[in-house]
Amino acid sequence: MTTEEKKDYSKVGSAVGCSNDGDPIIQVRNIRKWYQVNKSIPIFGKVDWLKAVDDVSFDVPAGKTIGLVGESGCGKTTTAKMVLGLENPSTDGETEVGEIFFQGENVNDLTAAGKREMRRSVQAVFQDPWSSLNPRMRVNTIISEPLEINTTMTKKERDVRAGDLLAEVGLNPYQGNLYPHEFSGGQRQRIGIARALALNPKLIVLDEPVSALDVSIRAQIMNLLVDLQNEHDLAYILIAHNLATVRYMCHRTAVMYLGVVQEYGDTEEIFAHPTHLYTNALISAALPSHPDIERDEIVLPGEVVSPVNPPAGDVFMTRTPLPVRKNHKYTKERPPLIEVGKDHYVVETPWSTVTGHDLSEFRLSVDQEMK
Amino acid sequence: MVNKSDIKKNGESVDRDGFGPSTVQDEVVLELKNLQTHFTTKWGTVKACDGVSYAVKKGETLGVVGESGSGKSVTALSIMRLIQSPPGMIAGGEVILNGRNILELSEKEMTKVRGGEISMILQDPMQALNPVFDINNQVGEAIGIHQKVKGKTRWNKVVDALRKVRIPAPEMRARDYPHQLSGGMRQRVVGAIGISSNPSVIIADEPTTSLDVTIQAAYLRLLKQIQSETGAAIIFITHDFGIVAKMCDRVAVMYAGRIVEMADVREIFNNPLHEYTKALIGSVTKLEEKTGRLPQIEGQPPLLYNLPPGDAFAPRSPLKYDEKDALIRPELVEVEQDHFVQLSRCSVADFDKYKDKVSY
Repeated sequence: MTTEEKKDYSKVGSAVGCSNDGDPIIQVRNIRKWYQVNKSIPIFGKVDWLKAVDDVSFDVPAGKTIGLVGESGCGKTTTAKMVLGLENPSTDGETEVGEIFFQGENVNDLTAAGKREMRRSVQAVFQDPWSSLNPRMRVNTIISEPLEINTTMTKKERDVRAGDLLAEVGLNPYQGNLYPHEFSGGQRQRIGIARALALNPKLIVLDEPVSALDVSIRAQIMNLLVDLQNEHDLAYILIAHNLATVRYMCHRTAVMYLGVVQEYGDTEEIFAHPTHLYTNALISAALPSHPDIERDEIVLPGEVVSPVNPPAGDVFMTRTPLPVRKNHKYTKERPPLIEVGKDHYVVETPWSTVTGHDLSEFRLSVDQEMK
Repeated sequence: MVNKSDIKKNGESVDRDGFGPSTVQDEVVLELKNLQTHFTTKWGTVKACDGVSYAVKKGETLGVVGESGSGKSVTALSIMRLIQSPPGMIAGGEVILNGRNILELSEKEMTKVRGGEISMILQDPMQALNPVFDINNQVGEAIGIHQKVKGKTRWNKVVDALRKVRIPAPEMRARDYPHQLSGGMRQRVVGAIGISSNPSVIIADEPTTSLDVTIQAAYLRLLKQIQSETGAAIIFITHDFGIVAKMCDRVAVMYAGRIVEMADVREIFNNPLHEYTKALIGSVTKLEEKTGRLPQIEGQPPLLYNLPPGDAFAPRSPLKYDEKDALIRPELVEVEQDHFVQLSRCSVADFDKYKDKVSY
């Protein structure tokens, strides 16, 4: 489809844990998305900001999967929306804070043709296969709609292509004449994937692609996604809260909390040596795959706090017991990411195994949790 | 994360997840005998629950596992007698709760049982709670009906129930409306309604699917705790073998309205016999290690109005089999102590080992 020319990545700014290796499709540098909560002009008092995403940077190299993990409200979907161009990064008065690069070019500086190419190259598959397909359109029409808008193919060519795509995702080409309600959840998700593949994209944003499906169907869809990735050298951004899914599919992982990346790096490295307390807590809460596997559960006090006016320093501070919060270096500014292993970065906090902290004190008993 | 030392040997009395030793006692509280629930549709009769039998003991957690449409929820609704009729009807069988068949009770008597002796925790906390009534009203409704109290006494019981499910500041939370609570808190309120009348059986229908992992872990821990306090039996309906591994003492695997395998949770994980059980366990992604390519079950669950005549799983079975063997309707037999399998040549690899137990 596209000409293979050497991309120029010299304009891309540097960030901790990010590099220009592996022909990145999308590079995200220090983007933020703040929403102003109180709309009227405040005469007294201050403006409340909901900081959905705050200073997030990552790379998406070609043919690799990057996972964004975290609880609801941690900003992983907002980040993906900005990559898709559905949301613009927040401005700091006049200029945008942070930049998103498509193949080395800032998306704001792209020419009209460049923008079209980016929209073709970046596609999405959504969580709920029941609401992401138009119930009044036949499957063929759903799949060929992007072709109709973006290419000069004739109706006949589009139908042939739609049939090919259905076959590629494991459905029968004749099923293109059916309506979405005639399919089961797993089959609908396959239709969604076929639609995303229609324009030969380079990157697909997968927003919880399997969490609405039965466990047995999940395996089919995840295998399909991995096969498609190997075949077409696709890059994925996978948004998930199930860590086992992330470990199965992702090459790199970013653990997010309140819009800030807490731990970032190679997936295997992170799962082998989880460093941040939050990552440890997420792993300890995940379901075991065998009844004999026991984990010491790390119970964090409280639930995810509201992202409106989060702490100025380390956002994770409010989830830790009080004594640890004292002598914290970063109470006014965000702690930086530091390298703790090969391709493994974590924010500088007192509650990580790197700083010599024994995490066992967080292994609270259930009674303590109640206090 | 998890190393070899974490995995303890089978058979030892293990204090799993710090929940304390097993809560299972020998007294059977609920027993299903050949329960059949049919629906009349324009395509024919759908046997959503086709001869299901199981028993739950006091303090025991039974996991009922299967894909969507396997009949696990219909079985639970039949126990509660909440099947809408028509189109549905309970065509046969018995549901014996604390020694009496509740299928023979009048609707008036059943109202006392429902939400009293048996209660249900539903899947979606947003839909299970009414957005226009406050928490006190909704928890108090169940308490008012079953314990015939009102006024100050009822209020105290509501606050007690909320305290039991570990909702912080229950006096204040009782005056809140559902939208003011987070997802985890809402699910706890649904739990409070469920346990408010000290039921002997709690049916939990996928109560944690819409929750985050950390909230899910806390909720499962809470259910276990409530169980050890009240000695209630829990029937846990789920499609996730991870929850089974964490929560359940015994597992019944359902396929196309029938139980295909039922055994102790360790026996199911260590020695699954039916191909469907093997496939379900195999298709779970593991957090503990990097998994290779996931084994997957080919095909889709069958349509219940158009079931294969004999072994419903045969078309999806990875085993080689004779066409005529697939026509034999397999029976659920006890192959080992407390290990039941629906013995079929098509879907049990070790069929020859147990073939003297069946006549076909």
